[in-house]
Amino acid sequence: MSGKGGTGKTTITASFAVLAENAVVADCDVDAPDLHMLLHPSIIKTQEFSGSKLAVIDKTKCIECGLCREKCRFDAITENFEVEPLACEGCGVCPMICPVNAITLIERISGHVYTSKTEYGYMAHALLSSGESNSGKLVTLVRQDAKILAEEKHSDLILIDGSPGIGCPVIASVTGVDAGLVVTEPTISGIHDLERVLQLLDHFNVTPFVCVNMYDINMDNTEKIESFCRENSVEVVGRIPFNSKVTEAMVNGKTIIEYSPKSAVAKEIEVIWEKIFILMSGKQSFK
Amino acid sequence: MIVSVASGKGGTGKTSVAVNMALSIGNVQLLDCDVEEPNAYLLLHPEIKRVEPVYIIVPVVSEKLCDHCGKCAEFCQYNAIFVSSEKVLIFPELCHSCGGCSLVCHKKAINEEKHRIGTLKRGSSGDLEIVYGELEIGEPMAVPVIKEVKRRIESSKNVILDSPPGTSCPVIETVRGSDFCVLVTEPTPFGLHDLKIMVQVLEDMRMPFGVVINRVGIGDKKVYEYCKDKGVPILLEIPFQRRIAELYSRGIPFSLEMREWKEKFQTLFNEVRELVGKRGN
Repeated sequence: MSGKGGTGKTTITASFAVLAENAVVADCDVDAPDLHMLLHPSIIKTQEFSGSKLAVIDKTKCIECGLCREKCRFDAITENFEVEPLACEGCGVCPMICPVNAITLIERISGHVYTSKTEYGYMAHALLSSGESNSGKLVTLVRQDAKILAEEKHSDLILIDGSPGIGCPVIASVTGVDAGLVVTEPTISGIHDLERVLQLLDHFNVTPFVCVNMYDINMDNTEKIESFCRENSVEVVGRIPFNSKVTEAMVNGKTIIEYSPKSAVAKEIEVIWEKIFILMSGKQSFK
Repeated sequence: MIVSVASGKGGTGKTSVAVNMALSIGNVQLLDCDVEEPNAYLLLHPEIKRVEPVYIIVPVVSEKLCDHCGKCAEFCQYNAIFVSSEKVLIFPELCHSCGGCSLVCHKKAINEEKHRIGTLKRGSSGDLEIVYGELEIGEPMAVPVIKEVKRRIESSKNVILDSPPGTSCPVIETVRGSDFCVLVTEPTPFGLHDLKIMVQVLEDMRMPFGVVINRVGIGDKKVYEYCKDKGVPILLEIPFQRRIAELYSRGIPFSLEMREWKEKFQTLFNEVRELVGKRGN
C-alpha cells in the first residue's frame, strides 16, 4: 500500500511474487490494475461481479407523480423520470415508495473477478467495469478468491497489491492482514500521505513496515521519513534508489528482479523481502 | 468553466498539473477532490480561513419503539443494519444515507442523526482560492466529502478540480459536471493501461478530454500512438527532469521557479477553453 499513488507498489509486489516461493498474489487495485502487465497471468476462471443495483423506471406504468424524485437523496432521477446510472446508488427507496410499482431494482454487472496462474504461482485479480462503483466489495471478492487459492494450493502466503488512498478499497485490502508494507517516496506529498496511511494501519491493528522508494531524489526528506518512523516505532525495512531500469523493465513486461537482477534496486528489494519475512516469521505464521 | 484533472494511475502528476495551471491563470478556484490524500495545499501553503466538519446522516433506532421486525435490515442494500430479537446494530461506515430504513419502519422507531466523516477547509494563497476535504481515518466513503467540496464551486471563476487517482466512484463524482477533463499520464505501460480505462469512463460520460504527458523521456512511445489512433489531443508534454522532480519533492510548484512554464500552463488552459468553446458551438 502507499497512500499516494505512483510510489512503486506494483513494482515491489511483483518483485515479491518472484522472490517468494508459492505465494498467491492478489491485485486489489481493481479500478486501475497493473500487476498483470508484469506477471502475465493466464486466466483459468472468470466470474461476473455484481456489486450494486440500479433502479429502472417502466415508462408505461409511470404516472410522473414525482415522489421518487422527491425521496431520492442522490439526485438520480431526472426531470423526465429517467434514472441517471452514474448517480443511482441502488438503495431501493424509489421502488419502495412508487405508488404504481413502476420501478424495479436490477443487478448491475460491475466487473469481473479472474482466477489465474502465473509463472510464479497463482493470482486473483479483477477489473471494475467502466463507471461502476463499489470497488470495496470487489476487493473483498478478490481476497476471498486468493484465500481459496491459497488453501487449495497449500500456500501460506498471500501478497496483496493495494490501491492508493485510504478509503473503501484500501480498507477492504488491509482489514485482517498480518502486515502492511507502505511504499513511500521522499516528497512532501509522499510524507503527508504516509502519515495518513500509517494511521489507517494503526486503526485496523495491522503491523506496519515502511520502505522509501527513489530515496535519492531528496535525501533530506528520506531522513525525515526515517526519523518519523523511528519516533513512532515503525520499522523501516529499506530504501530503494532511483533507477531508470525500473521503467525499462516495465516496458519489457518484466519485474526488476528478472530484468536486472544485479541492479541495486533488485538487490535492495531482495533485502527488504528477507527482512519482512524474518520479522514476520518471528511473530506468527502468515495467513 | 470547470476543468477537472484526473489520471487513472496514481502519481502521474495530477496535483502538479492542477496547481501549476491554477498559479498561471487568474480568477481561480482550486478544489482538491482527493479527500483521501489531499496534497494540493502542501504545494500552495494557503492561509486557512474556514474549517467545517462534514457529516453524513445515519439512522438511530429508538429501542423503546422498535419491535425488532427486521424490515429495515431487510431493506438496507448496504448491510448497515443488523436486527436480532433483542438488539439493533447500526454500522454507520456502511450507510449510504438513503433514508430508506426510516421510511420502511412502521413503528417510526428510526430517526437520523449526523455522523462526522471528514473536514472541509477553505483558504487562499495570494488571489487563488483553495477548497479541500479530508476524509477521517477509517471512514470508507469519500464521495460525500467530495460532494461537499464541490458544493463550494463558484462557477463565475476558473474552477480547477484535482481528482483522486483511480477510475471508480470518487473519480466519477469529481469529474461529473465538468466542462472538460485533463488526463495526466506518463509514457509507460502502466500509465497507458490506466489512461485507456479512464478514456473509456469519460467516453461513456460524454465528457470532452485531452491528455498531458508527464515525465516525457522515460518509458516508450505507445501512449503517443494510442492518442494519435484515438484522435485524443495531447495538450502538453512535461519532460522528465531532475530539477522538476526535486522541486516537487520539496513542495514547490515548478512553474514558480522555472518561469517559462507559466506561459506553457497558460497556453494549456487557453487550449482547453478553446476546445470547450468549439464543443459549445
